[in-house]
Amino acid sequence: MALGLVALPVAFVGLLLLWPLAVVVDRALRPEGMLDLTPFADVAADPSLWGVIWFTTWQALLSTLLTLVLALPAAWLFARNRFVGRNVLWAALVVPFVLPTVVVAAAFTSGPSAAVAPRGTLWAVLLAHAFLNYAVVVRIVGVAWADLGDRFASAAAVLGAGRWQVARRVTAPLLAPSIVASASVVYLFSFTSFGVVLLLGGSRLRTIEVEIYERVRQLDLGTAAVLAISQVVLVVGLVWVAGRWAQRWSVALRPSDPSPSRRVSGARRGATVLAVVSMLLVIGLPLLTLVVRSIWGPDGWTWSYWSALDERRGVLQAAPLVALMNSLAVGALAAVIAMVVGGLAVAGIVTLERSGPAWRVARPAAFDALLMLPLGASAVTVGLGLLLAFGRPPIDLRSTVVLVPMAQALVALPFVIRVLLPATRAVQLSMRESAAVLGASPWSVARHIDLPLLARPIAIAGGFAFAVALGEFGATLVVARPNLPTLPLTVARLLGQPGEINRGQAMAVATLLMIVTVGVVLTVDQLRGGLRD
Amino acid sequence: MKRILALILVAGAFIISGCGSGVETSTDTSNGQVAGTTLRVLTHDSFDLTPEVLAAFEEQTGITVELIAGGDAVAMVNQAILTSGNPVADVLFGIDDNQLSTAREEGLFEPYVAVDRDRIRADVAVPAGDIVTPVDLGDVCVNFDRTWFAERGVAPPSGLEDLADPAYAGLLVVQNPATSSPGLAFLLATVAAFGDGYGDFWQQLTDNGVVVSDGWEEAYYGEFSGGSGEGQRPLVVSYATSPPAEVFYSESYAADLAAGTLPAEAPTGVVPGTCFRQVEYAGVLAGASNPAGAQLFINFLLSDSVQSDIPLTMFVNPVRSGVALPEVFERYAGSPGEVWSLPAQQINAARTNWVEEWRRIVLG
Repeated sequence: MALGLVALPVAFVGLLLLWPLAVVVDRALRPEGMLDLTPFADVAADPSLWGVIWFTTWQALLSTLLTLVLALPAAWLFARNRFVGRNVLWAALVVPFVLPTVVVAAAFTSGPSAAVAPRGTLWAVLLAHAFLNYAVVVRIVGVAWADLGDRFASAAAVLGAGRWQVARRVTAPLLAPSIVASASVVYLFSFTSFGVVLLLGGSRLRTIEVEIYERVRQLDLGTAAVLAISQVVLVVGLVWVAGRWAQRWSVALRPSDPSPSRRVSGARRGATVLAVVSMLLVIGLPLLTLVVRSIWGPDGWTWSYWSALDERRGVLQAAPLVALMNSLAVGALAAVIAMVVGGLAVAGIVTLERSGPAWRVARPAAFDALLMLPLGASAVTVGLGLLLAFGRPPIDLRSTVVLVPMAQALVALPFVIRVLLPATRAVQLSMRESAAVLGASPWSVARHIDLPLLARPIAIAGGFAFAVALGEFGATLVVARPNLPTLPLTVARLLGQPGEINRGQAMAVATLLMIVTVGVVLTVDQLRGGLRD
Repeated sequence: MKRILALILVAGAFIISGCGSGVETSTDTSNGQVAGTTLRVLTHDSFDLTPEVLAAFEEQTGITVELIAGGDAVAMVNQAILTSGNPVADVLFGIDDNQLSTAREEGLFEPYVAVDRDRIRADVAVPAGDIVTPVDLGDVCVNFDRTWFAERGVAPPSGLEDLADPAYAGLLVVQNPATSSPGLAFLLATVAAFGDGYGDFWQQLTDNGVVVSDGWEEAYYGEFSGGSGEGQRPLVVSYATSPPAEVFYSESYAADLAAGTLPAEAPTGVVPGTCFRQVEYAGVLAGASNPAGAQLFINFLLSDSVQSDIPLTMFVNPVRSGVALPEVFERYAGSPGEVWSLPAQQINAARTNWVEEWRRIVLG
């Protein structure tokens, strides 16, 4: 039963990721039908490539730490305080995620942050990673923190624990699983970072993925394949370790405890101000730069970039509003696929973990690591693999519209799993067992116990999946794609030609993408994904 | 919501109706076999035709055209090479001399002599064996910011050598040739101009504070000060057609055109002697499932309707002789001076080495 549940997700990742990867490796290492392992030796003997691997590893670690430092105060802010605009801000956190990399880079190179961290510096890359991943930490940890309630802390305080002791011995361990879960997503994201490093790294800073991209451009498939393999090995190792930690630390809780959030007052004011300021600096400023640039022309304030969004002109293949509808449709489809596949995977993993000592640690962790691969495997290589693997009869899937939402769902899958897995683990076994003893069928347990308790994490996961799809992360996987104009592609086309109108309209379209994202995520949040008051 | 729906309906109706406004093509419409077939066209992301022009082709031939975008030119051709023999499309548009030799070695294309082959400009050569057909040409050139130089009373550079002159220190932005097509073209210009001395020239540029960016967008919009650029540096590697594009895509163009108050010159100009010529070709992919349709499409690309459409859609020059250029093109395109080029075989043999050498010198 449990194995049946994980079969579909495993097949999904296997078909769309592992097989294409294997096809590329096969083509690269058996060029004339004979196994040729010299690329391994070549890579091992090249000190500059070791430098790239080393840089990739430590910049991802620093990016993760920086993101945690900047985002955890905000997670606390959202979880434990009530303030004006809380719901909108909570939704707006996701925006950096969906913005095209070119736009993020523009916000960082021309906005105020350029003064702090100019292009080509390590700081520019780290800050951009923090900007992109902020929502991952705030939203995943924030929900866990809100669900924690005050009762453990209060109990500890009654028993004589000091503030620091409560934080260290009660709150931190209870939050650990969600912190590890979000940190591992951030780490993988930064580890395989491509666009940000390419655009902000000034050609000198290079991750493994950037190196693979350049090798593929030179048709040096051997080196690209070896680098892609090392990337996967490093990622799987990391996820496996993180998975074991998270599992060890997970504590079953009832997430529906009375809410402790309160108005900002007194001693909390200092911490709150700090959290708000950090959030405005990291997220608010770059986004504000973008909005201003969409209404500021050479002659001052103007609406002209916004007024023509319903027209197809010059460089565009469709009116931006038509592209918007395409984006929404593809995004929704991808989110649904990701939720179904991810939901089955989580149900399967948790069932396996609970089904006996033999299964308890090793196998579920292995599935978990496999399903995280879409974030950790080289998108450039997998994209190439899809092109090579899906071109044979009976079906030529290459360049069909089907592949786009599938690839996006593939990339969204790890987010869905990271959000749902800790939450599902925290559903108390005793409640499910009581229900089963009282005669409830597994289906009815799922419907009456799991689903209501998991409504919020499910909405959070859905919001992420939609944002990932809207931002076209997976689209980079599909190298040859049919001409379906979407918002990110519209931005790219506009910025591909010189001229005020093109630049201004690109900013307007990016701002539109931002507004639509907030709208959609806010709606999903209202369905149960928000924070309780 | 209603408004958006209405928009989609209108847009759809517009595309379907196609309003074939008397577009004549040299396609042989008597060939009835292709009617009802689908033609897949692999292009780079910048490919663009006015929808009505494409619709007229579909109407005349009965072919449904499916455009497939494959990234930038290099990425797109690489995909075609890697799937050679079992192509994703029937016809490819957008390969240039950089990869033509590789394509030839891989047997990527099925030779085809286009109907209007003899109408191609005399200075554009059709590659041997007619494996591909030239469609357009464009020059990659250093652009300068007129205002910047005028305000400081400094003369803009007048050739490649000037770029290494300390008087212009820290002013130039180029693209990384490993990741950018114009970046590679500019590297090739220096190879064509200096031969083996290109390395020394790049050393001088590096000492002179050249700024490297990974792609055209960041270089032009992020670093360049001229026109719509928002950066600080007045010299950037871009295209000879960027100055006309600046005028054409300025906010006031429509109003200025109507009132007859178009500016005397574009906000940016082209530094003469810095241009590298890129000819873009189209070819029938070997193993295509619709070769007859692919051939018709190549003829269509050389037809008057397409050739007069591409200047203002892709900002490139037509290869068909006698095609009138739009006024904004004639008026604002800078004079490129001597234009550099290299034989395809030479590029193919040494490109990787040049890029490696460039990386060693410039990025250290």
